[in-house]
Amino acid sequence: MTGTLAPHDTRAQHDTAPDPCIIGGRHFASRLMVGTGKYRSNAEMVAAITASGAEVVTVAVRRVDLDRTKDEGVLYHLDPARFFLLANTAGCYTVDDTLRYARLARAAGFNEWVKLEVIGDQESLLPDAHGTVEATRILAREGFKVMAYTNDDLIAALRLEDAGAVAVMPLASPIGSGLGMLNPYAIRTIKHRLSVPIIVDAGVGTASDACIVMEQGVDGILMNTALAQAADPVRMARAMRLAVDAGRDAYLAGRMPRREVAVPSSPTTGLLA
Amino acid sequence: MISQASADATLALTVNGDARAVAAGTTVGALLAALSLDPRLVVVERNREILRDRDALDRIVLDDGDVLEIVHFVGGG
Repeated sequence: MTGTLAPHDTRAQHDTAPDPCIIGGRHFASRLMVGTGKYRSNAEMVAAITASGAEVVTVAVRRVDLDRTKDEGVLYHLDPARFFLLANTAGCYTVDDTLRYARLARAAGFNEWVKLEVIGDQESLLPDAHGTVEATRILAREGFKVMAYTNDDLIAALRLEDAGAVAVMPLASPIGSGLGMLNPYAIRTIKHRLSVPIIVDAGVGTASDACIVMEQGVDGILMNTALAQAADPVRMARAMRLAVDAGRDAYLAGRMPRREVAVPSSPTTGLLA
Repeated sequence: MISQASADATLALTVNGDARAVAAGTTVGALLAALSLDPRLVVVERNREILRDRDALDRIVLDDGDVLEIVHFVGGG
């Protein structure tokens, strides 16, 4: 060994340092999690999810429509052996409904995980923090691994962790809004104060939004509409995959400090007389 | 088969919010089959109780007045 390449060796080690995403004791292959709703076609959904590289895909629990064809179920299109199915409790406005949906989802037999949503208001779709904490406590006691959707509120996040959530999922902005992250300070504070993984859920609109979210140091992002309602969902899914990786790398790399004044990048000495 | 015929031998059910009549003695498994539903892809709730054991569905005989919810996974975020 000559030692002359030491700086490069060091960097190579950093580049390949393991950065596992572990939630509730389970190792997840991707920090990008995606929903399965609102796609224009099932084929487009499958192609986009594949392009996103996501392992976790969320699904909703609904009545079988007995008057329609049977292939409306998402499992006719997504191979449960290939993806980690994360059932949500979307559409639930009370703790009782939320518990019912979560238990039905677990009875489907795939896993004991749930993306818990207790919605507090039909117009804003903002979460009911109190109900979410109560439902989390009950389901965690029943052995569920609860990933709890919540507002970007530190106290609600702390209560959810205390209630037994394996991950807390603050919103970037309201569900389906595509407004991006409205309060980076709140997201950073939640990440800083909680021990469980933080997955930002809802509100990401485009790749730069996802990148900036990941640059806050959170553990992952869950998104749906940004992919499903893009003009080209497959291309947007690829963009999101790259953005999540880029944002994570940028966070781990440690950004330069912001300065209010210019600092030259080129030497200030050796200039011609 | 599901039928409205022979009223004295039918059970009145509520399935996913709609009234349905089935022959007395029909099991949950037989109802799913009549509805062309794959029991591995649905979850059945009977009178607010989840029927967790799929292997038992063919042995659970429906009662008159049963309220059933049959759910599955659909696209969602």
